[in-house]
Amino acid sequence: MSFEVAEPAMPREHYLNARRGAWSWLTTHDHKRIGVMFLVALLCTFLLGGMFALALRLELLTPGETVMGRLAYNRAFTLHGVIMVWLFLIPSIPTTFGNFLLPLMIGARDVAFPRLNLASFYLFVVGAVMTVWAILEGGVDTGWTFYTPYSTATGTDVLPVLMGVFVVGFSTILSGLNFITTVHTMRAPGMGWMRLPLFVWAIYGTSIIQVLATPVLGMVLLLVALERVVGVGLFDPARGGDPLLYQHLFWFYSHPAVYIMILPGMGVISEAVSAFCRKNPISYRVLVWSTVGIAFVGFLTWGHHMFVSGQSVLGAGTFSILSMLVAIFTALKIFTWTSTMYRGSIWMCTPFTYVLGFIFLLFFGGMSGVAVAVTSADLHWHDTYFVVAHFHFIMVGASLMAFLAGLHYWFPKMFGRCYPEGLGVGTAVLIIFGFITTFLPQFLLGNMGMPRRYADYPEHFQPLHVASTAGASLLGFGFLIIAAYLGWSLRHGRVAGRNPWGSRGYEWHSDSPPPEANFHEPPVFPYRPHDYSRPDLQPEVGHAA
Amino acid sequence: MSELLRRMLFLPEEGSTLASRVDGIHFFIILTTFVVGAAIGLTGFVFLLRFRRRHAHALTPEVLAPVWMEALFVSVPLLFFLLWGALGYRDYVWSRSAPPDALDVYVTGKQWMWKFAYPEGPGAVDVLHVPAGRPVRLLITSRDVIHSFYVPAFRLKMDAIPGRYTETWFEAVRPGRYPVLCAEYCGLDHSHMRAEVVALSPAEFEVWRTQQGGDQVASGAGVAEPLVEQGRVVATRAGCFQCHTVDGTPHIGPTWRGLYLREEPLDTGGTIRADVAYLTESMMEPQAKVVAGYAPVMPSFQGRLSAGDVASLVEFIQSLRPERPVPPTVQEPRYELRGR
Repeated sequence: MSFEVAEPAMPREHYLNARRGAWSWLTTHDHKRIGVMFLVALLCTFLLGGMFALALRLELLTPGETVMGRLAYNRAFTLHGVIMVWLFLIPSIPTTFGNFLLPLMIGARDVAFPRLNLASFYLFVVGAVMTVWAILEGGVDTGWTFYTPYSTATGTDVLPVLMGVFVVGFSTILSGLNFITTVHTMRAPGMGWMRLPLFVWAIYGTSIIQVLATPVLGMVLLLVALERVVGVGLFDPARGGDPLLYQHLFWFYSHPAVYIMILPGMGVISEAVSAFCRKNPISYRVLVWSTVGIAFVGFLTWGHHMFVSGQSVLGAGTFSILSMLVAIFTALKIFTWTSTMYRGSIWMCTPFTYVLGFIFLLFFGGMSGVAVAVTSADLHWHDTYFVVAHFHFIMVGASLMAFLAGLHYWFPKMFGRCYPEGLGVGTAVLIIFGFITTFLPQFLLGNMGMPRRYADYPEHFQPLHVASTAGASLLGFGFLIIAAYLGWSLRHGRVAGRNPWGSRGYEWHSDSPPPEANFHEPPVFPYRPHDYSRPDLQPEVGHAA
Repeated sequence: MSELLRRMLFLPEEGSTLASRVDGIHFFIILTTFVVGAAIGLTGFVFLLRFRRRHAHALTPEVLAPVWMEALFVSVPLLFFLLWGALGYRDYVWSRSAPPDALDVYVTGKQWMWKFAYPEGPGAVDVLHVPAGRPVRLLITSRDVIHSFYVPAFRLKMDAIPGRYTETWFEAVRPGRYPVLCAEYCGLDHSHMRAEVVALSPAEFEVWRTQQGGDQVASGAGVAEPLVEQGRVVATRAGCFQCHTVDGTPHIGPTWRGLYLREEPLDTGGTIRADVAYLTESMMEPQAKVVAGYAPVMPSFQGRLSAGDVASLVEFIQSLRPERPVPPTVQEPRYELRGR
């Protein structure tokens, strides 16, 4: 059942060439173009955040001062954290692949509010520029968590950064609102909730968190700003305030925020597992309900960041148990993806290599998360490199793996061309190996008792720091290779044709790259999502054949 | 077995009764994690080989997980997670319930030093003497921003929060020296905010305590305000007393007795009021404003004194009033006993 086509041709007209000129991009309402613009912006912020990460690793190569002083180090990790969290990880998958694919996957022409979508892009750009400028100019040294009273007392200029993040938050809220409305109102006729592709579910769950949690971040940032400018004293014990109130408010947003980072990644992985095992997920409903479960239970666990803050003993126990509940949903997903491989037809290509990396990092990142949610164990690990390694595994490593899996899986969809597959797999192995080499030593550093945010450290920590820095340079090198071959493929890659993977994802029912209106005629999705048990009705072409 | 695991995991020695409990749950979690991880990895690997792609457009049978399998996916991990949570919580509650016979020590974090004060005895900076084999309760607070009192060998951590007291306790199992680190980011010198717990045998501890008390009685100062005492220590260490006296007699430099807020004539003419700003400036840039009648020979202490040192020196100089000193009345940190 395969149609051999000599050499697939690029569709004559598609969203990339339908209109021409920079102006047509800057004023576009097309969700696909906005997704691509977000992709470009996010690659810039990722590059910036990554450069600071490498600078930090270089400084930590030796105890004492290596390349920068203590103040510069404190500023560099603040910059790294703020950029990576708010300017890369939180918007990464929803604004790029979410924007590009969500309407395609539900058979819609665009998102519900195309103009708002563009506004959300510009808000992001304005906020990002404000934030980066403010950090460079004001030299903020508070860390990305802005803990009071340090953030209200430090001599560095915190105010513009707070405002920058505040603006970026609005972009997040608007995107979330847009996606929720789109999923509710613009699904193709007959597409019930239990026939939604899993990526759509993931973006939907993420959007709910974005809309519910981000306003709390906005409020707490404003309160810190008020505290600095007017001196309201809400968080200042000298004026009767409480610094712990800040932590409660901040983590009420920031814990759900880690699910904003990882849920879309889980959606990408669900799609990729299915596409590259050519297999229905062994339990669609488990993947759906665990997504919804994470989105809601994730709101009830913030207190596990405060086990050693003097929080009440009963409170700590409660938050510990609630954190165990949210971990179950992740465990469920891992079991489901692994069992989905059973009786599949598994293709070890680049996206699937990243899938394996994702599952590895999610498993160990998740289990170390459960470990630090155990109250007594957290007494030792809290605020050490163990926590640094844990959240880099899960919210950075796993999210990045998903981002890269998505980037390689949907690169032909977005640009109509393939990348060199052998180079892709090789680089994926290098990236995964580099990532583990960077952060595995950090788990051990945490066990040894090395606290976070140390510009200088006692000498017996050095060997593990050297290993970690070596891993980071491998990682940096890997990203350079990816940038090189993807950049090359944009122009010179082999033409992909409509569906080079033979995937049953609904987004492949339109051309690659899709026409401006997404579909030439109203799409018909003849089978349930991720169904590989029946012959496809459309020809599958491309280098898979 | 547990000693082997401890070394494999790079954990420091187990210096407290809490440490072995924390390590116990750590080992349980990590062993389970690796067994389950290996099982998942192996399953995935077998599937990868057994079900690898043979031709591009293969159709696959629709396999659906039966309900019992979904139930197993939920219940097995949940069982383990809750078990860990419960075991850990038991130890956590224990770690936050100090035994009634514990020795109390007040701990104050300050950028960037740790101060320790005993209710009936002396204060100390950056060194906490405790008896081994006896519970010690720490009542922790902060003077400025949030810090966190962390002793890796004790697996013990508790934040120091301005405006409130947090409480924790430990029992060192054997005499020894254990590093204390600050685990909550607190600014420029966060990574140098280090101290040490010195656990002494009970007999040695009593000797130490008597010595401390003896010094206090001899100096006639009663119980010293710790920061002032710290200033005296810093002044001795930095060699201030080679040129400055504290009893009113002029030496190479002006005496510190009664110096604070005194109007001093300058060698360039005019006068200066010896306030905190001037005292600090004179430590960092001694030649900027030299008091008339003294040679400009003082070296700069820029970079040689930490911010904490300077604060304590200034406080020490402030305490040297012109009249005979009245022993300061001790203001103990107020601590309300609740549910102990």
